[in-house]
Amino acid sequence: MTWQAALPLLVLASSLLPGLVIFALPERSRTLRTALNLSGAVVKLFLVVWMLWQSGQGVHYELRAALLPGLDLVLRSSELGLFFVVLSALLWLVTTIYAVGYLEDSPNRSRFFGFFSLCVTATAGAALAGNLITFLAFYEMLTLATYPLVVHRGTAAARRAGRMYLAYTIGGGGVLTLGTLWLYSITGTLEFVPGGIVAPFVDRNATALSAAFVVLVAGIGVKAALVPLHSWLPTAMVAPAPVSALLHAVAVVKVGAFGLMRLVFSTYGVEAASGLGLAQGLAVVAAVTIVYGSLRALAQTNLKRLLAYSTVSQLSYIALGIALGGAVAATGGIVHLVHQGLMKITLFFAAGNLAETLGVHEIRDMRGAGRRMPWSMAAFTLCAFGMIGTPPMAGFISKWYLGIGAVDSDAAWVVWLLAGSSILNAAYFLPIVWAIWFEPPPEQWPHDKRSGRAETSLMLLVPTLFTAAMALAVGLFAATPYSPLEWARLIAARQYAP
Amino acid sequence: MTALEPGSTWVVWLIVSPLAAALIAFLLPRVAAAIALANALFMGVAALALLDLVTEQGPHRYSLGGWGAPLGIDLYADPLSGVLLVVAAVVVLATLFYSRDYLARTAIGPLFWPISLFLHAALNALLLSADAFNLYVTLELLSLSAVALVALADEQRAVAAALRYLLASIVASLAYLLGVALLYHTAGVLDLAALAERATWTPATWAALGLMTAGLAVKGALFPVHFWLPGAHSYAPSPVSALLSALVVKAPFYVLLRLWYAPFAGAPEAVGTLLGLLGALAIVWGSLQALRQARLKLLIAYSTVAQIGYLFLFFPLAQSRSALQGVTVFILGHALAKAAMFLAAGNMHKCLGHDRIQDLHRVARELPVTLAAFAVGGVCIMGLPPSGNFIGKWLLIEAAFAQGEWGWAVVVVAGGLLSAAYVFRVLGHAFTVDDKPVDASGAPASMAWAAFALALLALTLGVFAAPLIDLIGGPGETAVAHLSSREP
Repeated sequence: MTWQAALPLLVLASSLLPGLVIFALPERSRTLRTALNLSGAVVKLFLVVWMLWQSGQGVHYELRAALLPGLDLVLRSSELGLFFVVLSALLWLVTTIYAVGYLEDSPNRSRFFGFFSLCVTATAGAALAGNLITFLAFYEMLTLATYPLVVHRGTAAARRAGRMYLAYTIGGGGVLTLGTLWLYSITGTLEFVPGGIVAPFVDRNATALSAAFVVLVAGIGVKAALVPLHSWLPTAMVAPAPVSALLHAVAVVKVGAFGLMRLVFSTYGVEAASGLGLAQGLAVVAAVTIVYGSLRALAQTNLKRLLAYSTVSQLSYIALGIALGGAVAATGGIVHLVHQGLMKITLFFAAGNLAETLGVHEIRDMRGAGRRMPWSMAAFTLCAFGMIGTPPMAGFISKWYLGIGAVDSDAAWVVWLLAGSSILNAAYFLPIVWAIWFEPPPEQWPHDKRSGRAETSLMLLVPTLFTAAMALAVGLFAATPYSPLEWARLIAARQYAP
Repeated sequence: MTALEPGSTWVVWLIVSPLAAALIAFLLPRVAAAIALANALFMGVAALALLDLVTEQGPHRYSLGGWGAPLGIDLYADPLSGVLLVVAAVVVLATLFYSRDYLARTAIGPLFWPISLFLHAALNALLLSADAFNLYVTLELLSLSAVALVALADEQRAVAAALRYLLASIVASLAYLLGVALLYHTAGVLDLAALAERATWTPATWAALGLMTAGLAVKGALFPVHFWLPGAHSYAPSPVSALLSALVVKAPFYVLLRLWYAPFAGAPEAVGTLLGLLGALAIVWGSLQALRQARLKLLIAYSTVAQIGYLFLFFPLAQSRSALQGVTVFILGHALAKAAMFLAAGNMHKCLGHDRIQDLHRVARELPVTLAAFAVGGVCIMGLPPSGNFIGKWLLIEAAFAQGEWGWAVVVVAGGLLSAAYVFRVLGHAFTVDDKPVDASGAPASMAWAAFALALLALTLGVFAAPLIDLIGGPGETAVAHLSSREP
């Protein structure tokens, strides 16, 4: 095996092997488990950054293994895949640190961190997948690896959420399998290539291709939480905060959004997807999801549920950007993969800090939290503004590009949609921000666990502040070289190249 | 063809060795376990060697005593029988390894070892048979040893289930034998390859088709004549359940598959469609029944009823090469995964004293490897990548799309979703907070690891399947091409 083939495998192994070892560790060997977790995360980050740098030098990494006659399992370094895998590797490291702090002294940590590692392995595999069947394999693996995390607490509510999660995602996987095979029966190949694989078949098989697209979107849309396939996501918020962070920012929903990109950019190709009217349909579904998610978020009283509905809404910005059919809008969609990830992970970390330190879960209990936990709440506030789309936060950049792109693509209604959605975002975030900073704290927090001088454990606080700072930085320095925005622009330009 | 081809003796060893081992195990109960394990290891080597031989040199025919067909008995090996022999050896090896500890402190050991060896001999002989009558004899021997193994369980219900199994089996055998007689009457030969050349569609052939298919459907537990399976497979001792569900129940299907390519190659499409419809009903009915069961082993047994349905989807899709490939990989995947699940269930049963699903959370935490084996096996049964079952289902769906019959594709996927529902009905208990856990610290590790090894093989089968698939029904001289090329 050459070095070019081995590196993608090493990227997967860097989280898979520690995960498998962790399963076998006894509950009490805390130090070894943490060391394995962190070294795996650091090695993975190092490997993907190395792969990124070498790809920039023109090195092409590809691993192929025969699976079926004419179909290989393929792992490959591509611009889009690297974009996603770097994001997930970075956020995994941060989330691991946070999870170690969060789950201190709770039972079943070996099981938790084992599946946690499998989850990230599946995400990296989906990111590096070089064809649809490889993507499908890791998509299914992700479903299975996440289930034990969702039901981790073992309560009746957790098991209910787990059942719902499975019903949606396994069903989605089945539908995706069917769509994949249908497409394969038409095209005879499933490779991800810029410009797609369906172009030669558009004339003869337009109807079948369109129907297969709908089936494929229905399969991937479950993880991307497109309305009406989204209900599992708010229910799954019973899981511990690091799992929510993983679900909402790093792994599950991101693989869904990424899958939509692969479908439109690398399988159907922008031209065929627009020519068949498929992208326009996806844009409408995304628009409905954006509004619906925000409206439901308005009505929530539980903080994590509110954040979950906010994810439903925000995630569809990505789908919208892909579907609008112009390089500028696509840039906005692609870069939102990173922006939404950074902001949403910070919000969930902050919510987790509140729950873990003060026992606060409901929005009405957050009054005055800013005085008790100024740093966490500052991070929360910053990213809440980012979600609304105020400059200079990352969310503003995404919305700006989406808006400009929409005007370019003669879809002015999207500008109204963005404006309306921003107002709704403000309507559910601003009252919380107001309550945090300007209302008096209660005399007694529900479960105050004060320890040390800092407002909460540093293992919880530092990751929160780090991701908040990143969310600020990618917005402030969006125009500098090597920023996510520049990168997204490059990827989008490649998809729309003549 | 002479009897002295190099390497060809593997065919004979595959039948003689387990028979001899059975005899020794019967006479010397003390060394029975050691003999059985040594034989299973040797079977693995022999099956691999034979698979290698037929891969290199094409299908292989061996005439016992130098008398060729139609007078003498011919043994026949091709890649299809080769891979099945290998997987049979693997499942038997793991199951017997498991049985050493499972049978400790029970009284059934002295009978279990010789009968299971005899069963292995009958199965190998069946897979190597080349004519319709030998298939009958070996199928009969296989069924009888299977019934005897079920009856070993020290339970009234098990004996009743064994009796029902026996009666169903005998009726089915009679139907099959009658069909064989009718075929012999029309064609004057029994050798499958010769039958393929001579069979004509007379009323007698029609009757033979009906009788033999019906008999094999009963033995193979196709819906709606699966009634004997859930009891027999769930009340039997767990290693027996594993052997029955993984291997024995596939044998009648294998016979039908062989017939489908030889005397019945020209059977009208409607027959294939009917078998496919029954298979689809089996998938739905078996899965729904599995969802309703209160006991773990019954759930797994009904899952077998459902999974057998997939095999019969082969018949409406038989035109496509990928259908045969798919069904073969599916048999391999199901054998490994289902054996793993029954062995895991047996371990939980042993620690808990019963196998009611609602109490499983009391042992789940204590038996992580066993649970992992069950989970991985279950994931394979669901047909998720990279399991062999996934490859099998993929190829079946591919065949369905190739023939434009997408309805079968929907059945395949829907069956996967239903199986996910019943598998997670069990796995959900692993995450429930338990109030009074059972102490399972004394459970032997060998049992858990035997189950886990099988499950892991089933899961990774997809990765190894690519070269296998090319062997089965691929271009050039292969099992099916070899037989069907003799069609007029």
